[in-house]
Amino acid sequence: MNGQLLKLESVTVTFGGVVALSEVTFSLESSELLGLIGPNGAGKTTALRSITGVVTPQHGTVTVAGHDLSGLSIQARARLGLGFSQQLVRPFFNLSLLDNVALAAGHAITRSPRRALFARDRSRQRAQALELLERVGIADAAASAPAELPLGYLKRLEVARALALSPRLLLLDEPLAGLNQQEARRLADTLRELNGDGLSMLLIEHNLSEVMRICARLVVLDNGRKIAEGVPGEVMSRADVRRAYLGESYAQA
Amino acid sequence: MLGLDAYHLSLITAVGISVGVALSLNLITGFCGQISLGHAAFYGTGAYCAALLTKAGVPFALGLASGALLAAVLGVVVGLASLRVRHDFLAITTMGVGFLFIGVVRQQDVLGGELGVSAIPDPGLGKAGFALLCVGFAAAVSAFSVYVKRSWMGFVFDAVASDEDTARVLGIDVPRYKLAAFALGTALAGLGGGLYAHNVKFIAPDSFGFVESITILAMVVIGGIGSVGGVVLAAVVLSLLPQWFQFIDDYKLLLYGGLLFAVMRFSPGGLAGATRAVLARMRGA
Ligand SMILES: Nc1ncnc2c1ncn2[C@@H]1O[C@H](COP(=O)(O)OP(=O)(O)O)[C@@H](O)[C@H]1O
Ligand SMILES: [Mg+2]
Repeated sequence: MNGQLLKLESVTVTFGGVVALSEVTFSLESSELLGLIGPNGAGKTTALRSITGVVTPQHGTVTVAGHDLSGLSIQARARLGLGFSQQLVRPFFNLSLLDNVALAAGHAITRSPRRALFARDRSRQRAQALELLERVGIADAAASAPAELPLGYLKRLEVARALALSPRLLLLDEPLAGLNQQEARRLADTLRELNGDGLSMLLIEHNLSEVMRICARLVVLDNGRKIAEGVPGEVMSRADVRRAYLGESYAQA
Repeated sequence: MLGLDAYHLSLITAVGISVGVALSLNLITGFCGQISLGHAAFYGTGAYCAALLTKAGVPFALGLASGALLAAVLGVVVGLASLRVRHDFLAITTMGVGFLFIGVVRQQDVLGGELGVSAIPDPGLGKAGFALLCVGFAAAVSAFSVYVKRSWMGFVFDAVASDEDTARVLGIDVPRYKLAAFALGTALAGLGGGLYAHNVKFIAPDSFGFVESITILAMVVIGGIGSVGGVVLAAVVLSLLPQWFQFIDDYKLLLYGGLLFAVMRFSPGGLAGATRAVLARMRGA
């Protein structure tokens, strides 16, 4: 069960003149729930996107279970077992909540256009989708169109859809944003349960109390650099981490 | 059908071909969300290929099949080129393909050049038999469209049409699905072209120009992008109108361009969308 599942080595990403990530190195063990935190603009989303292939690092490598991902398309990476819940929700607006998830659950069929052309039955995938919607607490809206639903629902739809891919590594970008305290706590519990069942996860999250509660280890980014790494209690008591964070929360308050 | 006179049989034949060809574009534009302003090029490819082959003595069925195949090959090539461009650029690229097709055909003596190909042999089915074949073509493409819509391929097309990037995140090989849509849609357009050539027995570059592409697109958009029933209805009406009102033929581009604009502006769901909206209002009232 053990061994490094995900590894970023000296990953550097720049957008025009902006250095979003600079020489970032960290890894995630199999079955781990690793928290990736840092103030706004720290480069967390960019780090996740360099794993999923949405952005291409100028420098450095990303490996998943020993496979170097460079040169692989976004869809090829997803098929290697990456499930991605995006910070900015992107539901298919022309599909119901249930079908958004069912489509992901049919990944074995949608892998090949030929298989997709000759397959019609969606009942198994819809049943699986309903279970996942229940698991993240939004089954009441299964038949609704995404445009009718509040952000809290769409964030959880992202999570359910990523789970429907049966990923070996779940990448979550602020899944608790837009949820009220009770909903956030419930989803965090669900994530912890899933991790307890052996699912590896990388969790980006601003809700620090939930992060501290469910993550066993944290990586902290600030200004595109990794400034700390370790168990949550120790990491959060470090002066440089507090400065990076408190500076921001004072600014936000 | 046998009780109908030659005039009505020829109307039925023309309508059948239009319905099939409009639905072939609907697979690409309606289902998969890839706009094409050059669909007549594929229709024309099928027409020229089938006509030249049957003139050379190849059996009618084989000529039709070859036309469909060649159109699909061209469709996949254009599809490959279009994978790099998106949305508005795709419109321009496909429009360019349409003009390129006409330009090339005009220059080639083997393709009849400006004068076109005439004396295309009669398939020997009789007027009624040929009309029946064209109606069968329309029915088969309709049935196939409904099948695709309900298959997992149609499910994926819905996703690709809505948000390509997210489809990729779900492990969907978007380029292969787009190519599948292009291959299927252009093959069926090529088949329709072969039927057209053997119906009118004379083809020239002008039959497959920009106006024809816009006419086919108008049928898809006015019918309601993606709706099989709506596209069939729009194809029937828009292919009959110019036959009944001769003057429409002269103002096709203006009329269909105007209709396209009006639909996109006022009822983006086309006839199908407007019908749904009216039904919903009646139920609500
Ligand atoms: N697509 C992009 N184009 C230009 N700049 C970007 C882009 N994405 C992110 N950035 C910049 O990179 C930095 C890191 O952003 P991001 O990774 O989104 O941070 P975080 O997720 O930690 O809030 C920010 O300065 C942001 O403005
Ligand atoms: Mg972010």
